[in-house]
Amino acid sequence: MNNKEFQIVVLAKQVPDTHNVGKDAMKEDGTINRAALPAIFNPDDLKALEMALACKDALKDIMPVKVTIITMGPSRAAEIIRESMFRGADNGFVVSDRRFAGSDTLATSYALSAAVKKLGKIDIVFSGRQAIDGDTAQVGPQVAEKLEIPQITYAEDLLYVAEDEIVIKRRLERGVETVKTGFPVLVTVHGNANDCRPRHAKLLMTNKKACSVSEVLERQQSMEDMEALWAKKPFLKIEEWNADDINPDFERLGLTGSPTKVKSIENVVLTSKENKKINNSESEINELMKELVSAHII
Amino acid sequence: MNNILVFCEVTEEQHIAEVSLELCSKARKLADRLNSRLDAIVIGNEIENIEGQLYPYGVDSIFYLSDSRLSFYQTLPFFSTLTKIIKEETPDIVLFGATSVGRDLAPRIASYLRCGLTADCTSLEIGDHTDAKTKTVYKDILYQIRPAFGGNIIATIVSPETRPQMATVREGVMKKEIYNENHKGEVHNLKAEDYVNEGDFCIEIIERQIEAQKINIKGAPIIVAGGYGMGSKENFALLHELANAIGGEVGATRAAVDAGFTENERQIGQTGITVRPKLYIACGISGAVQHRAGMDQSSKIISINTDPNAPINAIADYTIIGDVMDVLPKMIKSIKN
Ligand SMILES: Cc1cc2nc3c(=O)[nH]c(=O)nc-3n(C[C@H](O)[C@H](O)[C@H](O)COP(=O)(O)OP(=O)(O)OC[C@H]3O[C@@H](n4cnc5c(N)ncnc54)[C@H](O)[C@@H]3O)c2cc1C
Ligand SMILES: Cc1cc2nc3c(=O)[nH]c(=O)nc-3n(C[C@H](O)[C@H](O)[C@H](O)COP(=O)(O)OP(=O)(O)OC[C@H]3O[C@@H](n4cnc5c(N)ncnc54)[C@H](O)[C@@H]3O)c2cc1C
Repeated sequence: MNNKEFQIVVLAKQVPDTHNVGKDAMKEDGTINRAALPAIFNPDDLKALEMALACKDALKDIMPVKVTIITMGPSRAAEIIRESMFRGADNGFVVSDRRFAGSDTLATSYALSAAVKKLGKIDIVFSGRQAIDGDTAQVGPQVAEKLEIPQITYAEDLLYVAEDEIVIKRRLERGVETVKTGFPVLVTVHGNANDCRPRHAKLLMTNKKACSVSEVLERQQSMEDMEALWAKKPFLKIEEWNADDINPDFERLGLTGSPTKVKSIENVVLTSKENKKINNSESEINELMKELVSAHII
Repeated sequence: MNNILVFCEVTEEQHIAEVSLELCSKARKLADRLNSRLDAIVIGNEIENIEGQLYPYGVDSIFYLSDSRLSFYQTLPFFSTLTKIIKEETPDIVLFGATSVGRDLAPRIASYLRCGLTADCTSLEIGDHTDAKTKTVYKDILYQIRPAFGGNIIATIVSPETRPQMATVREGVMKKEIYNENHKGEVHNLKAEDYVNEGDFCIEIIERQIEAQKINIKGAPIIVAGGYGMGSKENFALLHELANAIGGEVGATRAAVDAGFTENERQIGQTGITVRPKLYIACGISGAVQHRAGMDQSSKIISINTDPNAPINAIADYTIIGDVMDVLPKMIKSIKN
């Protein structure tokens, strides 16, 4: 057994459930009012977690493997780290700071890459292809560039992984492409990839009490009791990093580090055009077809 | 320079991609508005007649890199070439198709250049912008308009400070229009060794399986689309019959595709294809926001639905309240006479 530890990072985002968006979902400055929406594990990121865990399964007999989750967001994002631990992740970090507010994809990927760098040498970074709120699919490739490592986008299937190479099937518009490369590499995972395995009963028991300092404060639990538990079982502490912890160039964070500005936001409302009702009769349908022909539409 | 650069993608069939020609058409209008030059960059392996393919759409200069290793798209060699060209030519605006290639390449470039990139724009305009805090006025910048939040909002995004201003645009969103059949420009041949590094080939393509493009609903002037209300795969045959009679193609909603009524390639909407035909006939389609996102730019919309309150009716020019299995045969009969 090789004793070098194989390091896998999964970038995962907690997202508002965009299926139910009301008027109060956007704040005046054009940013999302997350408090008004239920929060879920971004669907592609769960698939990224599965691919990371599949790598771990494949490699764990030849070397130790660690899967670390990094999420940037409000402190309640610790929820998705706990959820990941129930499914097989080893630990995670919540990167949270008001100074990240208003980040576009450039500032987001800058902060995420600084957090990844803090972990030291990494072999694979997995991300989802796309987050369902911002919908840009830009963060994965941008983190790869900031880490100066190659990228494989739209991974649909992990075909092979060994200590020095990985073979991945990618989904393109009109087919698939199989690629091979060494490490380090960043992989963005497509929605067609395998679903994440369910929670593991034993892991659920072991990790149920995992939480962050902010969560202890929020739930008004006894900090002393938690400190005692963490001293015995350090893996139950979900670490939180603020902006200072990731050693950034502060100019590149948040609004100042974001070149794109939201100039205006419009809610989509159904605009009623002038609408003609046609009766379901042969004569009226005949008239309609004639009208379309004479207007050169058909 | 204040020129506009369009990244022109090459298809599996070795042609300039439709989406790139659509972008050139749009970029030509923006260039005329800004009094600037329209540049295109093409990377590939011995592509035939790129001048003939691009000049009619108003391209003034083509940067062309041909290399036997670049028959298929690979991130790093394309990234190295584009970042170097952008540094040399300093365009004001750079546009990409929001394809699997464009969405892989553009963010990496924007990250390297530290400039703004707006994804999946549905409209691009030129206008002024006043910063709300500093009151600085930015003249003639690019308004990048895109849906976000699952299609529930439309945002106008600007990148006032950084250059180039970068955006990706989906296929079928902009109109492809010949600018001038006789328009001519110039070609700059780039040498691979000046732009690409050996280390850029560190990801090896082992195999590719590409399906032939058979269904072409994107370019169809008329689309007869069916939803879950069509009821069955057999009933979808009526849609094909009507489409054939009026020179259209058949499209579908995700619910119809999921139910197995028709092929995945026909799905229209946020996670399918965006279309803007002259005529869209929506048959048994409720009109969910995700579906409308892919068809609401159609010039004329007819809705056939049993439910007078179906949301699709609100964006339709004509509604026929009735059962599709009753209405469609009448339309077919009418057109055949
Ligand atoms: C209306 C609106 C429009 C916007 N348009 C743009 C735009 O065009 N360009 C732009 O640059 N920004 C835009 N933004 C800002 C953008 O949504 C945020 O920067 C967001 O933090 C990241 O982008 P995304 O959600 O699109 O992520 P994506 O790029 O879609 O995410 C891809 C993957 O990156 C990882 N990831 C992303 N964010 C995090 C995170 N916080 N923590 C951990 N992993 C993460 C996940 O694995 C995810 O699956 C817009 C925001 C709004 C509200
Ligand atoms: C993230 C996300 C992405 C999505 N992307 C897409 C996408 O790209 N494209 C897409 O289409 N959907 C997409 N959807 C799904 C979308 O939300 C809707 O579920 C879907 O469009 C509904 O399809 P439908 O109108 O065919 O079915 P339904 O909503 O079930 O509507 C059926 C309609 O048929 C009518 N009807 C029933 N019987 C008859 C009859 N005999 N004669 C006439 N009318 C009849 C009914 O009144 C009803 O209006 C997406 C959803 C999500 C969450």
